[in-house]
Amino acid sequence: MQEIVKGIPLNWFIILSGILFSIGVMGVLFRRNAIIIFMSIELMLNAVNLLLVAFSAKWGDASGQVFVFFTMAVAAAEIAVGLAILVVMYRNTKSTDIDVLNKLKG
Amino acid sequence: MIQVAYLIPIFPLVGFLILSLLNKRLSKGVAGIIACGALLASFCIALGIFMNMDGKAVEVPLMDWIKAAGFTANFSFLIDPLSSIFLLIITGVGFLIHVYSVGYMHDDENHNIFFSYLNLFVFFMLMLVMGSSYILMFVGWEGVGLCSYLLIGFWFKNKSYNDAAKKAFIMNRIGDLGFLIGMILIFKTFGSTDYKTVFSAVNGFNSSSGVITAITLLLFIGAMGKSAQIPLYTWLPDAMAGPTPVSALIHAATMVTAGIYMVARSGLLYALSPVSMTVVAITGLITALFAATIALTQNDIKKVLAYSTVSQLGYMFLGLGVGAFSASVFHVMTHAFFKALLFLGAGSVIHGLSGEQDIRKMGGLKKSMPVTYMTFLLATLAIAGVPPFSGFFSKDEILGAAYAASPVYWVIGVITAMMTAFYMFRLLFLVFFGEFRGDHSIHAHESPKVMTVPLMVLAFLSTVGGFLGIPKSLGGNNAIEKFLEPVFQKAQSQPSLAGGSEAPEIVLMVITVLLAAVSIWYAYKKYVQEKEVPAAEGTKLPALQNTLYHKYYVDEIYSAVITKPLDKVSGFLESIIESKFIDNIVNKIGTAVEWVGGWLRQLQTGNVDFYIFAMVVGIVLMLFFKMM
Repeated sequence: MQEIVKGIPLNWFIILSGILFSIGVMGVLFRRNAIIIFMSIELMLNAVNLLLVAFSAKWGDASGQVFVFFTMAVAAAEIAVGLAILVVMYRNTKSTDIDVLNKLKG
Repeated sequence: MIQVAYLIPIFPLVGFLILSLLNKRLSKGVAGIIACGALLASFCIALGIFMNMDGKAVEVPLMDWIKAAGFTANFSFLIDPLSSIFLLIITGVGFLIHVYSVGYMHDDENHNIFFSYLNLFVFFMLMLVMGSSYILMFVGWEGVGLCSYLLIGFWFKNKSYNDAAKKAFIMNRIGDLGFLIGMILIFKTFGSTDYKTVFSAVNGFNSSSGVITAITLLLFIGAMGKSAQIPLYTWLPDAMAGPTPVSALIHAATMVTAGIYMVARSGLLYALSPVSMTVVAITGLITALFAATIALTQNDIKKVLAYSTVSQLGYMFLGLGVGAFSASVFHVMTHAFFKALLFLGAGSVIHGLSGEQDIRKMGGLKKSMPVTYMTFLLATLAIAGVPPFSGFFSKDEILGAAYAASPVYWVIGVITAMMTAFYMFRLLFLVFFGEFRGDHSIHAHESPKVMTVPLMVLAFLSTVGGFLGIPKSLGGNNAIEKFLEPVFQKAQSQPSLAGGSEAPEIVLMVITVLLAAVSIWYAYKKYVQEKEVPAAEGTKLPALQNTLYHKYYVDEIYSAVITKPLDKVSGFLESIIESKFIDNIVNKIGTAVEWVGGWLRQLQTGNVDFYIFAMVVGIVLMLFFKMM
């Protein structure tokens, strides 16, 4: 497996995760649906994970992979909390559109 | 024995904690037993220490207290003859007054709080006399001031009592400031506030060096406040607003002698400064005379005693000022006995007459209150200086020393003694002789045993207490002077105090006693034979009497010279500086913040989109600038 990964030039990984990350950012910026925004955030996190794993394999340093495990654990926790918030939000507003949440307007 | 000295203040402190924390959960009986028991335990230890005292000063270290850059203060107690005598007075007289209070305060709703304050007071007073440094003395000094405030205003529902409490506190603060500055100066000069360090370093100073004079004068300002000397004495007569046992314990027997203790403790410093000694002596002398003249015309039983306390304190300072330290301490002791007794007797009378304090409405109480009468008579004889009662010996010793310093001191002192005899017997005759002049619906009755037994014990002490200090000229050996000698030896050997002419003691004594007898006879003629009663409120009095009756208008003068101008300045500051200037600035700042806020809040659109956008732009900008 490692051989296959090593066979792919590092630049491709960087470009791929850059694209994924940008798609995530765009999703967060332009979509209204809170669930999709969540998915976009996951995309951004995974883009970073990919980059970390790639560099880890390149330099033969395991700490990059350890980082990834942490990121995944944190992401899981974040999703658990975030989805709970979403459920409550839906119960209160009957929608998942974030534009509804503008009560904090100064 | 001496090593357990730290227990002496612990008992009242524990008593205070129990009483104040459990307050309403304790029955009155239990509270009284705890409070009295704490004092009795302290008294037993103090007695043990006194018995074993061999003249050496022993320091009992307890713990390190303050340790900061170049400044250390240890929490340790100093036990020497001087402090052991004070311990005995405080715990002994304090115990009797506690017992008396059980009867006197029996019907008060805040009975338990009263006893917790009393215990707290005793704790601080013990700290004051036991501390081994000025800074520890200051802790006790402030503490007793606080307790005095709490107890004067104990019946806080009465506004004038509260005012009296505040007056006492503020007057004391003025004095305390002097003490504080003096203490700082001591630290600056000697590098420590420990008595041991200060008194051993003091040898390096010349007689009448400027800094020593400054220190002693500043400390004396503190003493003026605490011990009610001119010009800071006006709080003491007002302090009579508190319950009578408080007047006896705090404002007669113990707290007001703190100033005497402090000057006596610093005797060596004072002895080095003839100027300060003269100031102390003259202040004491003037106060003694001044207060005695006021006492001549007062009609409130407690006010008479209050002014007589001020006057007797003046005597003690006179004694200190002429270098008779041990005579002053002796007078502190005898005064504690007979003045506590007088106050408690007055309390018994007030109690028996359901709160009446005006001596014009008393009279003839001899029959209905025999124990109070007998004990009051003994105390009056003692304060008037009739031999062989205790006041005679201590007063005479002070007067003898005053004569040796300057006959003028002696003459004024004797005039004061005459007045003392007169006003005390005036009080005695008006209260206990003749016909009852008050409201006949009040049935005068003798107080319960719990109040009369302390009276009897104090009467015994007032009678025989003087035998501790029979002067050599009367064939005695002046035990108390011998006892205190190790403390004052060094101070008394200073050149400024050595020498002075030898007083013809016997002659002086005879003259004093004869003059006192004449005043007593005059009081008897006026108030018993001619049945004169002081004029009622509102009658026009002769000019001199009127001035005396109004206490020389000192309160009015203070009010006109200090309080009113201060009020004016405050009024000006309030209406101009405060409302026109400071308020304006504050308001303008508020308006400005509001305006900026109103502008900034537009950023908070409440739109999540916008926030995310702003965040992304922010991160991009940060990365961009980072890479630059």
